[in-house]
Amino acid sequence: MDTSLHITSQAVHTRRDDEGKRMGMWLFLFTEVLLFGGLFIVYATYRYLNSEEFHNGSARLDWVIGAINTLILLTSSLTVALSVSAVQAGKMKKAKILLWVTILFAIAFLINKYFEWGHKIHLGIFPGMDGFKALSGGESLFFLLYYFMTGLHALHIIVGVTFIGFILYYMKKGEVSPDNYVLHENAGLYWHLVDVIWIYLFPLFYLII
Amino acid sequence: MENNHDHPVSDKKNILIWVDLLILTFVTIEIAQFDFKALTVIIALLVATIKTILVGYYFMHLKFENRFFRTMVFICLFVLIAVLAFLFIDYSYR
Repeated sequence: MDTSLHITSQAVHTRRDDEGKRMGMWLFLFTEVLLFGGLFIVYATYRYLNSEEFHNGSARLDWVIGAINTLILLTSSLTVALSVSAVQAGKMKKAKILLWVTILFAIAFLINKYFEWGHKIHLGIFPGMDGFKALSGGESLFFLLYYFMTGLHALHIIVGVTFIGFILYYMKKGEVSPDNYVLHENAGLYWHLVDVIWIYLFPLFYLII
Repeated sequence: MENNHDHPVSDKKNILIWVDLLILTFVTIEIAQFDFKALTVIIALLVATIKTILVGYYFMHLKFENRFFRTMVFICLFVLIAVLAFLFIDYSYR
C-alpha cells in the first residue's frame, strides 16, 4: 500500500510539465507588462501636463534610428519564431542558425542605441549635463523618461540575448531537442515581449505625435 | 501534453505575419506626418495594439494555447487598461 503510493508520487514528479513551464514564463511576462505599464502611466501623465514640451523633446530624437531599430527588432522576432518552428519540425541546424541571426540583430540594435545615446550625450543632453540643464522643465522630463524607458528596454535586450545564448548552449548539450523545447519557447516568449514593448516605445518617443 | 501545441507554425505563415508587422510600422510612420491633434496618438496606439495582437497570437503561439492562457493574458491586459482608463478619466475631469 505504502510503496505503491510512493511509486505513484514519483511517477508524477518525473513527468515533464511543459504547459506549467510555459505558464510560469507567462506569469513572469505579466510582471514585466505591469512594470513597463507603470512607466507608460508616468509618461501619459507628464505628457498630458506638458504636451508642448514633449512634442519639442520628441522632435530632437532621430526617428530614422528608431525606425531602423523597429525593423531590426521585428525581424529578430521573426527569426526567433522561425527557430521555434524549426525545432518543432526537428531541424536543429536551421534552428541554431536562426538563433545566431537573432543574436546578431540584437547586437545591431544595441550598437544603434549606443550611437543614438552617444550623440545625445555629446550634445550634453543627459541628466546632470549642461545641455540637459538648459532644457525646459517638460523637455527634461521627456528626456528623463526617454533615457529610463529605452535604457530599461535595452537592459531587457541584453537579458533576452543572454537567454538565447543559453538556449544555444543547451542545444549543443542536447537538453533542448525536438522532444523537449519548452525552454526555447520560453526564451522566444521573452524576446517577443521585448519586441512588443518597443512597438509602443517607438511611436510614443520617436514619432512626433 | 496537448497535441495542438506540437504543430509548428509554417515558415510561410511566420513570414506573412512579419510582412504585416512591417506594413503596420510603415503606416505608423506615415500617419505621424499628419496632425490629427489628439487622434494621432490614439491611431498610433491602435496600430501598435494590432501589431501586439499579431505578435501575441502567432509569434507567441497564443492561438495554439488552451483557453486558460488566453484568459490570463486578458486579465493582465484588462488590469493595465483599466488603470490607464481611470487615470485619463481622473485627469480629464480636473
